[in-house]
Amino acid sequence: MQSRPLRITAYTLCSAVGDGRAATLSALRERRSGLSRNDFGAAPIDTWIGRVAGLEEQPLPAQLANWDCRNNRLAWRGLTTDGFLAAAREARERHGADRVAVVMGTSTSSIGASEDAYARLDPEGRYPAELRRPIIHTPHSLGDFVQSALGLTGLSVTVATACSSSAKVFAQAERLIRAGLADAAIVGGVDSLCGSVLFGFNSLELVSPEQCQPFDVQRRGINLGEAAGFALLEKQAPSGAWLLGYGESNDAHHMSTPHPEGVGARLALNDALKRAELQPEDIDYINLHGTASQKNDEVEAKVVADLFPASTCASSTKGWTGHTLGAAGIVEAAISLIALEHQLLPGTLNLRVPDLACGPQIQRDNVQRKARHALSFSFGFGGSNCVLVFGRDR
Amino acid sequence: MTLRVAIEGVSFWASRLPGWEIARAVIRGDQAPPEAPSPRPSPTLLAPTERRRAPDTVAVALEVAVRACEAAGRKPSELPSVFASTHGDLAISDYMCSTLATTPTLISPVKFHNSVHNAAAGYWSIGTGSLAPYTAISAYESTFGEGLVEAATQVVCEQRPVLYVAFDIEAKGALSSMAPSRGLLGAALVLAPVSSSQQQRSLILTTEPVDQCQPTLARSAAAPLVADNALAPCLPFFEVLASSSPRTLCLALSRQLALNVQVN
Repeated sequence: MQSRPLRITAYTLCSAVGDGRAATLSALRERRSGLSRNDFGAAPIDTWIGRVAGLEEQPLPAQLANWDCRNNRLAWRGLTTDGFLAAAREARERHGADRVAVVMGTSTSSIGASEDAYARLDPEGRYPAELRRPIIHTPHSLGDFVQSALGLTGLSVTVATACSSSAKVFAQAERLIRAGLADAAIVGGVDSLCGSVLFGFNSLELVSPEQCQPFDVQRRGINLGEAAGFALLEKQAPSGAWLLGYGESNDAHHMSTPHPEGVGARLALNDALKRAELQPEDIDYINLHGTASQKNDEVEAKVVADLFPASTCASSTKGWTGHTLGAAGIVEAAISLIALEHQLLPGTLNLRVPDLACGPQIQRDNVQRKARHALSFSFGFGGSNCVLVFGRDR
Repeated sequence: MTLRVAIEGVSFWASRLPGWEIARAVIRGDQAPPEAPSPRPSPTLLAPTERRRAPDTVAVALEVAVRACEAAGRKPSELPSVFASTHGDLAISDYMCSTLATTPTLISPVKFHNSVHNAAAGYWSIGTGSLAPYTAISAYESTFGEGLVEAATQVVCEQRPVLYVAFDIEAKGALSSMAPSRGLLGAALVLAPVSSSQQQRSLILTTEPVDQCQPTLARSAAAPLVADNALAPCLPFFEVLASSSPRTLCLALSRQLALNVQVN
């Protein structure tokens, strides 16, 4: 059974650059970064972050209060942006509540709520009363929340493969639809700022004290960000862009550094292009993983330089949003779709002098040009790789 | 919609049921469970230094993964895999939360990279040299059923054998009040496309509304030995597998959806 293209009938994203597609498009056009100095938590480390404003003052609606926490608030922000909630409800009416699968990606889900509880344990070592809600202290917090918020009753699963999570959701959803287990799927991902990732990446010496500079010779590491994004995938629809293919692989190399030759990345790319029945020269734009870590950018630049013609434009948009970890897949899928919709191929914010490994594909400046096919690369800890292929048409 | 897959290999590990042979005998009532719990399995796939410091999640997941591949006679490096765990590494989550509450700048980098939900899958791919895709999922109380659906879906869609590994470990600290789980429990299957030529056990999977397919309860002598582990909902499936005659059971997929599993 060959994989089949799916229609993307709705999509949205919320990140540090703003809520929704229009705000994201303006920030891309105006080269306006969402990064700010780290002010998260009691003793913030010296770095920059992509923080979504206002989540602290926006609890979930009363009927969803059981899922209330920063990560699910950010999920709700995403669901209520760009008319996504209405589109999901229409899909539920069209297909039936049990025929719309929910496949969500996250890296840390709502671990921030558990961190908060540990900071405020009572004298007997118990959670504060308002945080004694088991569903927000488990990875499926996100998938369960999204399914409940949308009133769906079918398959519901949370994928957690670190930074490839919300790219791999497209692959899993395509398989579920192909096998006939669902007629449509809500895919997406949410990750929110929390102590685990800020102090964790800091312990690995991967965090930059400056704004991140993807692919720059002087890059000093990543900036963490938070974001939510969603897409509605359907077999048939009169309009919408296309998910044309995907590829998945592993590096089988190391838990926190990529394979030096990008072996896994190349495999995922080949698989994706094969499923989409496209060649490298058919690709107009690549949204790279481009975290601004030393190793990722070096390996990724080499893969692109080796395999793509100079006519392919490639960039990292982490300078706008920061690295949103488990949400990076969906955020950059959405940016790739915006690029195709508006024929605006974003450049790489904060890139001044490209690393020697960079070929002519990697763009500093935005490019306005005809574009039909886009790729999005996502690579994660544990060597997990995923490449997505999107098309304006088939 | 129905998925049909063959079962090529089965494995199981809990501290009082260390291996599928013993677990099957206890389930059938052929043998009493061992009195003493076994020490945690050693992940011999990993380099000796990594073996000792491997988290429990990695130790139990790699043990059942290796045994299922052996039982199937398949080379691990050739199989895509699905790793499912309800809560992931509860011990590392407790460590991360406690350390953040007291001395956040002293977080261990190794503990941090081992805290990802795909750590066991990552070590599996490194230990076996497998470049074939893995995934790592969670679906709270429906984790085993959702993982089985994903593994079977991959088999049917891609027409290749797939390794399915499910595991949960013991909760530590305050988190254990919200995500209770005791002991180590792991189980794995190698699933493959149904071939007409070979005599194999097979599964027929169908989704149904939960009111027509109430999740089957465990009832063998093995049940009390794993009942406190978050992955305990997998046991009814292995109780059916332990019997050599065809049987049917139901596994939860979500609050309203269940998986009807016909084991032939």
